Amino acid sequence: MKLKTMIAETLILTGVILFMSCGGGVDKNAKQVDLQELQKNQPETHGTELKESDIQITNPLNAEWVTFGKNIYELKCQSCHRLTEDKLVGPGWKNVTKRRKPLWIMNMATNVDMMLETDPEAQKLLELCMVRMPNQNLAKEDARKVLEFMRSNDGEK
Amino acid sequence: MKSLFKTFLLVALTASTFTWLQSCKPKGAQSAVSGDAASKVYVAPGKYDEFYNFVSGGFSGQMSVYGIPSGRLFRVIPVFSVDPEKGYGYSEETKAMLNTSHGFVPWDDLHHIALSETDGIQDGRWVFGNGNNTPRIARIDLKTFRTAEIIEIPNSAGNHSSPFITENSEYVVAGTRFSIPMDNSNGDVPINTYKQNFHGTVSFIGVDKTSGNMNIAFQILLPGVNFDLARAGKGKSHGWMFFSCYNSERANTLLEVNSTQKDKDFILCVNWKKAEEYAKAGKGKLQSVKYAHNIYDEQKQMASSAIENQVMMLDPKDCPDMVYFMPCPKSPHGCDTDPTGEYIVGSGKLAAVIPVFSFTKIQAAIAAKNYEGDYEGIPVLKYDAVLHGEVKKPGLGPLHTEFDDNGFAYTSFFVSSEVVKWNVKSLEVVDRVPTYYSVGHLSVPGGPTRKPWGKYLIAYNKITKDRYLPTGPELAQSAQLYDISGDKMKLILDFPTIGEPHYAEAIPASLIMKNSQKIYKIEENKNPYAALGDKFARVERKGNEIHVYMTAIRSHFTPDNIEGVKMGDMVYFHVTNLEQDWDVPHGFAVKGANNAELLIMPGETQTLAWKPEKPGVYPIYCTDFCSALHQEMQGYIRVSAAGSNVPISFSTGKTAPAVTTTTDKK
Repeated sequence: MKLKTMIAETLILTGVILFMSCGGGVDKNAKQVDLQELQKNQPETHGTELKESDIQITNPLNAEWVTFGKNIYELKCQSCHRLTEDKLVGPGWKNVTKRRKPLWIMNMATNVDMMLETDPEAQKLLELCMVRMPNQNLAKEDARKVLEFMRSNDGEK
Repeated sequence: MKSLFKTFLLVALTASTFTWLQSCKPKGAQSAVSGDAASKVYVAPGKYDEFYNFVSGGFSGQMSVYGIPSGRLFRVIPVFSVDPEKGYGYSEETKAMLNTSHGFVPWDDLHHIALSETDGIQDGRWVFGNGNNTPRIARIDLKTFRTAEIIEIPNSAGNHSSPFITENSEYVVAGTRFSIPMDNSNGDVPINTYKQNFHGTVSFIGVDKTSGNMNIAFQILLPGVNFDLARAGKGKSHGWMFFSCYNSERANTLLEVNSTQKDKDFILCVNWKKAEEYAKAGKGKLQSVKYAHNIYDEQKQMASSAIENQVMMLDPKDCPDMVYFMPCPKSPHGCDTDPTGEYIVGSGKLAAVIPVFSFTKIQAAIAAKNYEGDYEGIPVLKYDAVLHGEVKKPGLGPLHTEFDDNGFAYTSFFVSSEVVKWNVKSLEVVDRVPTYYSVGHLSVPGGPTRKPWGKYLIAYNKITKDRYLPTGPELAQSAQLYDISGDKMKLILDFPTIGEPHYAEAIPASLIMKNSQKIYKIEENKNPYAALGDKFARVERKGNEIHVYMTAIRSHFTPDNIEGVKMGDMVYFHVTNLEQDWDVPHGFAVKGANNAELLIMPGETQTLAWKPEKPGVYPIYCTDFCSALHQEMQGYIRVSAAGSNVPISFSTGKTAPAVTTTTDKK
C-alpha cells in the first residue's frame, strides 16, 4: 500500500517536474496559484477550535443574549432540537448544560465537523441519531448567545 | 521487498525521463496525438482544473461549465430554457426570468459567450450569453452561477452578433442576423419588399459597473444586411465596435445562392463613443416598442419582469462619422480584434484569404475620406486603404480567429476541418492541425481580451461522426483541446459537450473560485414567503389558495402532514431550506404535479404551485439525497372534495390518536 503510494508520488512528481521544464518554453504561470488553498478563503463560517479560555461563564445571565440566542435557536436549531428532554432528530435541550461543558457545546455548535471526527461523545451521539448535525454557520459570538439561552432553558438565573 | 521498491522507483524514473526526452524532441513530424497527452490533461482525483470554460449550449438554450484541461463537465447553467432538474422556469420564483414581449418562452438558442472585463482583462464577475431566436441577452452572476438578468432586444430578429463585450464592460451588443420591418411600423408587408421595408439594427446595451444591470442605451438603424459576429476594439481601438455582415445583396430568399453573389461583403465599424455623444445630445428618436426586462433579486430570491416601452434609435443619416462599412471577402463570420487592438481579422466563410485590417489605417482612411463609395448612405472605406495584409491560401472556409499572448492568431477552417496558426504581423502561416470535424469557433483562455492567458486552444466542432461510441442518429457534440504552449499545436483531448457549442470563453479558475458563494445566508433571506424557522411553518388558506410555509432540514419537512385542502384549491408550497452548510440542497416534489421539482439551496426559499386533480392523499418527498435518513424525508397532503368540512391542519412529529375507520370500498 505504502509502496504503491510512494511510487505513484514519484511518478507524478517526476512527471510534474519534467512537464514544467519542457513545454516549449512558454510558461506564463510561473507562480502557480494553489487552487486547493484558494477554496479555503471563502466566507462560510467554520469556527476554529475553541479553547476553555475563549469562554466566560458569568451570572446572572445576560438577558439580551438569552433573547438573541432564542432567535437563533428558532431559526437554525428548532427543527431538530426540542426544549424538553424529548429527542427529535437530535437530543432535547433540557439539562444539556448540566450534561455537557460549555466548551463542548460551543465547539459542537461552531465546529461540528471537527467534533464528529475527534470527540468520542459527539461520535456516540451520531451513532444514536444517525444524522450528522449540520454546520449551521454559527459564529463564536452566536454560539455563546445560544449557550446563554440553553442555560436559561435549564433554569439558571 | 525494499530492493524491489528501489527497482520500481528506478524503473519509474527512467520511464518518465524517457517519456520526457521523447516529448521534448521538438519540431518533428507531428502525429495526431502526442505521447504525453494523457499527463497533460490528467487532473488527479480531488485536484482542480486550471481553467473554467464557459461553453454555449447552442440549441439547448443553456450554458455549460467545463474544467480545462480535463474536459470534465461541472455544471449546466439554465439560461434561456426551462430546466426541470433545478426547477428553473417551473418554480414561482423563476418563471418571470423567461418572460418576453411574446409571453413566456421556454426555450432559446444560446450562441456566444462574453466574460466581463476590466481594462481589457477578464475580471470573473459575470458571463453574458445571447438568445438567438427570441432576441435576448442574459447575464449570469459568477458568484452563484445563476442567471441574474435577461433583457429582450426590440427591433431585432436572430440576435446572432451578440453579446460581445467592450473592454471595461461598458456595453454588450446585439446585431440582427435577420433584418425585419421595425417594431413600430406596420410589419404586414410583402416579403419581397425587403429592400424598402426591412432594416437591420445594432444595439448597445449598457452594463452597470456595480450591479451589472443592463439597459438598452441606444440602437443604430442600418440597411437590411445580416449581421453575423462582432468584436469590440481594445487598447488603441477602444471606443469602436466591429460587426461582420453578409447578404449585402439583401436577398430575402434562397440566401445560400442569392446572398453569395458579391465577392465582398462588409465589416461595419461603429464609433460607439461618438454614438454615445449623439444619444446624449438627443440626436436619436425615441421609438415606441415593447420588450421584457427580467431581473432575479438575490435577496428576495425572486425574479420580476417588467415590460419596457421605449428605445433610443440613432439613424446614421442624422449622425455623421458614426458608422462605416469596410469591404471584406466573402460572407464574413468572425471579425476579431487582436490583443493590441491594432488588427481586425475578417474570416470570410467563402473567401480564399484571411484579410487583416489595420485600425491605424482605418482611422487614416476616415480622416482622408478615402471612400470607394457608399452603401445605402453609409460610407464604404477603400479596401486597399484599410488593409494590413492578407493571409494567402490559409485553408478552406475560415470562420473565427482567437489570439495567444505571443502575437499569433488561430483561425478555424470549417470546410477543411483544421486550425491554422499564423503570425498576426507577418501574416505567415506557421502551423496547422486537423480537427474532427468541421470546426466552428475556437477558444483560447483570455483569447478575446488584451491579455490572453494562452496555453490551450479548444476547438468546438460541428460534426462528431466517429469520435465516440455511437448513440443512435444523434451524437454528442464534440470539443477538442490542443496544447499551444509550444511552437506546434498538439491535440491532447476530445470531450463531448451539450447542445451545439458555438463560442466559448475560458478563464483562470483563480479569478472565479475565490468569489464562489457556498450558501445563502438564512438571515439575509428576504423572500416574502420564507419560513425562517419552524415557528413560522404553517398552512394558510386565502380564498381558493392554500399557502404552505414549509421548512426543510436534514431530514424532515415541517409540516409534513397537511389536511384541509379542497378540490379547486391552488396549493403553493413555499419551501425554505434551513441548512447553512455547503452542498446541502433539499429537493421537493409532489405526486402528480404538472410541474417540476424544486431544488432549494441552503438558506433559500422556492415555491411550487400545484393544483390537485382529484381527492386523495398525495405524498411529498425530498428529491436530493441529504442524509442517511433522506429516504425518510417525506410526508403527506390530503385533498378533500370541494364541499368537504375537513379543517386546515398541519403538523410534524405529532401522531394522531389511533383511528379505526378505513376507506370505504363500496
